[in-house]
Amino acid sequence: MKTAETPFEFVTVSYLTRIGNQSAGTLADLLKGLEDCSDASIFHHTFQTLGSHHFLTEGFSNDFAQWVLADTNRNDLAEQLAALDIRDYVSIAALRSDLCRVVRDFCEAFSHFSTQSALERFYFCESVEVTAPLGRSARTLDEFRDGIAHLSHAGFYFHFISSRLRLQLRTNDFSHWLSDGLGLQTLGESVNHIDIYTNTLDGSRAKLLRLIDRERRKA
Amino acid sequence: MSETLALTRIPLDDYAELLGAGEIEELRALAKPLRGRSIQMVNSTAVGGGVAEILMRLVPLAEELDLNIKWEVMTGGEDFFEVTKSFHNALHGAPYHAKQKDFEIFLAYNERNRATLPLDAEFMVIHDPQPAALIDARKAGSNHWVWRCHIDLSHPHRGVWDFLEAFVSRYDGAMFSSPEFSRQLPIPQYLFYPAIDPLSEKNCDLDPVFIAQILARYRIDPLRPVLTQISRFDRLKDPVGVIRAYRIVKRYFDCQLVLAGGSASDDPEGAVVLKEVLREADNDPDIRVIELPAWAPLEVNALQRASTIVIQKSLREGFGLTVSEALWKKKPVVASAVGGIPIQIIHKHTGMLAHSVEGTAYQIRFLLSHPEIAAKLGEHGHQHVKESFLITQKLKRYLTLFLTMARGS
Repeated sequence: MKTAETPFEFVTVSYLTRIGNQSAGTLADLLKGLEDCSDASIFHHTFQTLGSHHFLTEGFSNDFAQWVLADTNRNDLAEQLAALDIRDYVSIAALRSDLCRVVRDFCEAFSHFSTQSALERFYFCESVEVTAPLGRSARTLDEFRDGIAHLSHAGFYFHFISSRLRLQLRTNDFSHWLSDGLGLQTLGESVNHIDIYTNTLDGSRAKLLRLIDRERRKA
Repeated sequence: MSETLALTRIPLDDYAELLGAGEIEELRALAKPLRGRSIQMVNSTAVGGGVAEILMRLVPLAEELDLNIKWEVMTGGEDFFEVTKSFHNALHGAPYHAKQKDFEIFLAYNERNRATLPLDAEFMVIHDPQPAALIDARKAGSNHWVWRCHIDLSHPHRGVWDFLEAFVSRYDGAMFSSPEFSRQLPIPQYLFYPAIDPLSEKNCDLDPVFIAQILARYRIDPLRPVLTQISRFDRLKDPVGVIRAYRIVKRYFDCQLVLAGGSASDDPEGAVVLKEVLREADNDPDIRVIELPAWAPLEVNALQRASTIVIQKSLREGFGLTVSEALWKKKPVVASAVGGIPIQIIHKHTGMLAHSVEGTAYQIRFLLSHPEIAAKLGEHGHQHVKESFLITQKLKRYLTLFLTMARGS
């Protein structure tokens, strides 16, 4: 069995939600908020909310889309916001730019909707991140599998979803280590193709473990 | 004298079966850098009320993580609690004629408690307005102070809030149950949800035989749909509106309605509301109005578990933890979009939100017509509570706050 020179260190994460000073009562306000809010706020309402609502796989992908749907009843705009896939972004700036573009285009095309009051206001919040090492590492595929199987939801989310921003690559910690640490590029790519929008975190983990098991049977 | 509370041990590993061993390992990992460091929780009551109920479970769990945590209860005379009750109502927006004497009483009791309480822990967590002025005991740069506000400050009485804000602004941070409840403050504000304990008597699994006994005791037919609202008899919970919604549903479904809440005998307004409810019920044999004792966790648990749909048709609400209780039991919930309820009910994902009697009735009819959708909402609701509104998540949030403060963010 292959042994990696650099071990995979399992880490977990916890987020504190900081309440911001901005809120939106209309789509025009939402656009202004998206332009002005902090990077931590964009992260909170997109990446982090995907982690905390991982059990929803139908029609929920970020807080902006959910608010537009539930509180402004603009299904068309909500669909466009929901369609922004965080896997396509390695920087918050790029994600913010696309969020603004989608909302701005809609407000320009339907200016009469942009100032209509929403049912409830949208409150911009921020994530404050704290990580903690779990004191567990892996050098082999077996140890790696065992570590993933025992991770909390937050730990799995940290390595599989939010790591994309940290790595600034279109990949995640697991795929990165499988490719670079163990030289298993094909497995790494397969893991990176698991759809985090149509699978829950538990579902994604189960698929990942099945892929690893298939690889182990080859050995 | 102030009171330091000693609490029964609650083994953290008991939660592993429900939540998974990974979640408990995570709590231990986050707590590791905080081992042995001192934390002090201060509130104004040892029993009764949601804050005491949460601290009673939270403090022993923190001890399990080797944190040096103490829970202190401030003391006050009847005059103090009369004033703080008025403040509480005024902060919720009720009319209040501010008297200088009230502010003096508030300050005098806070000063007395500053002299008797050991306010020297590294992390001081002060709950609600009553002990807010204890911040005067803080020595500059010596420790971290945070204020946990459990009430809705969205429309406070100006005079009372201005008075309180002078103290709150001197804390290192403030925590609110919803962004909507917060104020513009010069200090960081954090979102801290209230929580339920899945192992408490109100939420633990129950023997079906016990549930059947409770249904028999209150003459509820287990073979027909049961709609339930659990809440005290208070106009803001709109029990009369619930009956009106039930009557619309009843045209289409042979269902029963259960309205159960704490006894109204010691609450003059509650007794009046109860009479209004009974009048509206008009001896309908399928409406059960149940006056429960003030503390009846097993009965509440059984009634929630026996329900087909749980309703929370409040006109105003704090956080509304009865919603989390029902969701934890995988019940489909139809609730008003007020207070903290929309945080728990993501419309069409973890339950149904409504804005009127007619809307409530429609959502109930829809769910009775589509039991598969009702079951899915219940399942998602359970997951949502597991992710955000359990006592273990609350503990995790505190650990994260302390770690954040310790690193100086």
